[in-house]
Amino acid sequence: MTKPQAKLMQGNEACTLGAFAAGLEFYAGYPITPSTEIAELCSEELPKLGGKFIQMEDEIGSIAACIGASLAGKKAMTATSGPGFSLMQECLGYASLTEVPIVIVDVQRMGPSTGMPTSPAQADLMQARWGTHGDHPIVVLAPGNVRECFELTFRAFDIAESLRVPVIVLMDEIVGHMREKVILPDPATLKPGRRAAPESPAGYKPYAADSDGGVPLMADFGTGYRWHVTGLFHDESGRPTQKAETCDRLLRRLSRKVEKAAPSIESHFEESLEEAEIVVVSFGCSAMSALSAVRRARREGLKAGLLRLKSVWPFPDDLVIRACAGASGVVVPEMNLGQLALEVERSLGGRAPVRRLGKVNGELFRPEEIFEAIASVAGREAAE
Amino acid sequence: MSDQPPKSYLHVIRERYCKGCNICVAFCPKKVLALKSGKVFAERPWLCIGCKMCELRCPDYAIEVRAAEPEPDKGANGAEQDYCLPPEACDD
Amino acid sequence: MSDFLSYFRQDNLPHIWCPGCGHGTVTGAIVRAIARKGLDKNKVCIVSGIGCSSRAVGYLDFDTLHTAHGRALAFATGIKLARPELKVIVMTGDGDCTAIGGNHFIHAARRNIDITTIVMNNNIYGMTSGQYSPMTPKGMYGTTAPYGNLERSFDLCELAKAAGATYVGRATSYHVPLLIDLIEAALGNKGFSVVEAMVQCPTYFGRKNKIGGPVEMLEWIKEGTVNVKAAASLPPEKLAGKALIGELHNAPAPEYTADYDELIAKVQRKFDTFQGGLYGCASNSD
Repeated sequence: MTKPQAKLMQGNEACTLGAFAAGLEFYAGYPITPSTEIAELCSEELPKLGGKFIQMEDEIGSIAACIGASLAGKKAMTATSGPGFSLMQECLGYASLTEVPIVIVDVQRMGPSTGMPTSPAQADLMQARWGTHGDHPIVVLAPGNVRECFELTFRAFDIAESLRVPVIVLMDEIVGHMREKVILPDPATLKPGRRAAPESPAGYKPYAADSDGGVPLMADFGTGYRWHVTGLFHDESGRPTQKAETCDRLLRRLSRKVEKAAPSIESHFEESLEEAEIVVVSFGCSAMSALSAVRRARREGLKAGLLRLKSVWPFPDDLVIRACAGASGVVVPEMNLGQLALEVERSLGGRAPVRRLGKVNGELFRPEEIFEAIASVAGREAAE
Repeated sequence: MSDQPPKSYLHVIRERYCKGCNICVAFCPKKVLALKSGKVFAERPWLCIGCKMCELRCPDYAIEVRAAEPEPDKGANGAEQDYCLPPEACDD
Repeated sequence: MSDFLSYFRQDNLPHIWCPGCGHGTVTGAIVRAIARKGLDKNKVCIVSGIGCSSRAVGYLDFDTLHTAHGRALAFATGIKLARPELKVIVMTGDGDCTAIGGNHFIHAARRNIDITTIVMNNNIYGMTSGQYSPMTPKGMYGTTAPYGNLERSFDLCELAKAAGATYVGRATSYHVPLLIDLIEAALGNKGFSVVEAMVQCPTYFGRKNKIGGPVEMLEWIKEGTVNVKAAASLPPEKLAGKALIGELHNAPAPEYTADYDELIAKVQRKFDTFQGGLYGCASNSD
């Protein structure tokens, strides 16, 4: 294999290459700014890899086709943005209850509604967690730069396959469209995981697992298992049931699956958090500006630190508590009216005051905007 | 008309499946079938011509028509025999 | 144990459908067509949406998928494209297919993807107890059409044909031998096939419209149909208000997944310098 060299690459492209490296075999999607490049690259490259691409009639069809392909044994992905992500919610819950691994990329744009299609936002954070109805676990990763679009999409497939869950890669228009010099890992060094399969059809139970967050073995359709998948609550053999005890056990197992794996799912970036008095907690595009602001603050004698979440759901409570342990103030810059801040406030439970810094005009934070917030929280007027 | 003896047919009834909807009884061209306490049975099996419309139309797979072997075995009338019960469970 | 029942998950029987509901009959017809074709049970995948008819797949001993309302065809498209060697069948109801699922129905037909779609049309939403559907005849009643349905209903078979389906037929739960023949032919069509099965819903449609029980409803369905072959020689007034049954359209055309496999072969030949792997593809995507 050629030695990996630096490339100037777009976030959406890196995301797609991450999926190829993870063994993507099936993409179904629908054009929507700012994610369409992912679909275009899949349509061009998947046939070369022997994979399949289809542009469905809408986003509902797209995620439904992905679930079907995954049941047929293929690693499947779709990519969309706010409006399409809203349409995908019912089937996302279906994949959660039926424990079918898929990856959904949401390249966020300014919403709600048609909003500002070419402008960045981060206001789908709560939708990514609670968009579909009913209690359900979800794993959401948030790339903060082009390289991470590759890494976290690759990681998303590993988590999806190992836990039999849908995983969301929550990008935004900036991270998706910006280009950076990137040196991607040599794919030969990467070992994509795959769902644990049963040995033989004899006595196969598609939903049998120990109740403490166990992950059942998953057979591929068309290989002689003849198993049943339903969106209704079901027993261990997949048969619909309304038995209270069985339904309770199923739902708690599903949540426990992700809870138990949370430590291995958790990933973040931090800088100068040691004895930081003002901690900036952020994710995605806003965290880039926050990093510059934190570095400027340090240069100007303010003890600021940055915590950038690369996994946002399940929300890393302990990490946030640890990062803000010594802080007298926390600043949460994000391109919404305070969604990450809600979780930061909940996890800190009053340990430190949280300053919400929401930008909702479709323009990325300028570092000085975050710097001024840091300075004001530190009780010092912004440097002249 | 061929001169062999008229073929006779065996009506296999799965009583547990039958919901007494009366479709088979109503549309049997030879009025072979009837309901007894909400379950189908072959009231006049000798009239059966083996058209199997009852079997095809039955929404519950509760009736199956088979050409009877020349010497009918002891449990000839399918009405009593519930083929849902495993043979050893039948106290004939 | 009968060969017929061997296609069922017998420990799930008897099924949940009401006494005299036509869904059981159509499900039986599908199994008989599959048996006639001698299909390998391990290579058949049956997908359904939501509604009374969609509960059928739970009783059938194949790879079965009971999906979201209206989305069976989209799920099935994913399965078929991912594993073209599987025989993919969709069982759907009139509401599931032509109301919420209408968009997927016309596009699956347009693509001519090899999926055999059985639309079990009982003219009503049965599962939710009796609302009118896009297939409820104008003027008839549903719990949401208490004064009579204002809307005209689809001619499902014309809709399928216009959208691009390459095999279209209609039969009923009265004309079961015909239904089995049509399903068998549909299974043999390498492309998008639609068989509409008009079925009786005595519990809701029959009662709400005072047609009667299962037997009377089957007679009502029988009266409302005429075989397409016979229709050719009947005067127009005899055909008024009647649904044509039989094979209505059979025009094979290139099939979507076969074309896609050809595309892969062609693309891979064109990029024969393609070494595979990450860098192989990125560098030569000119």
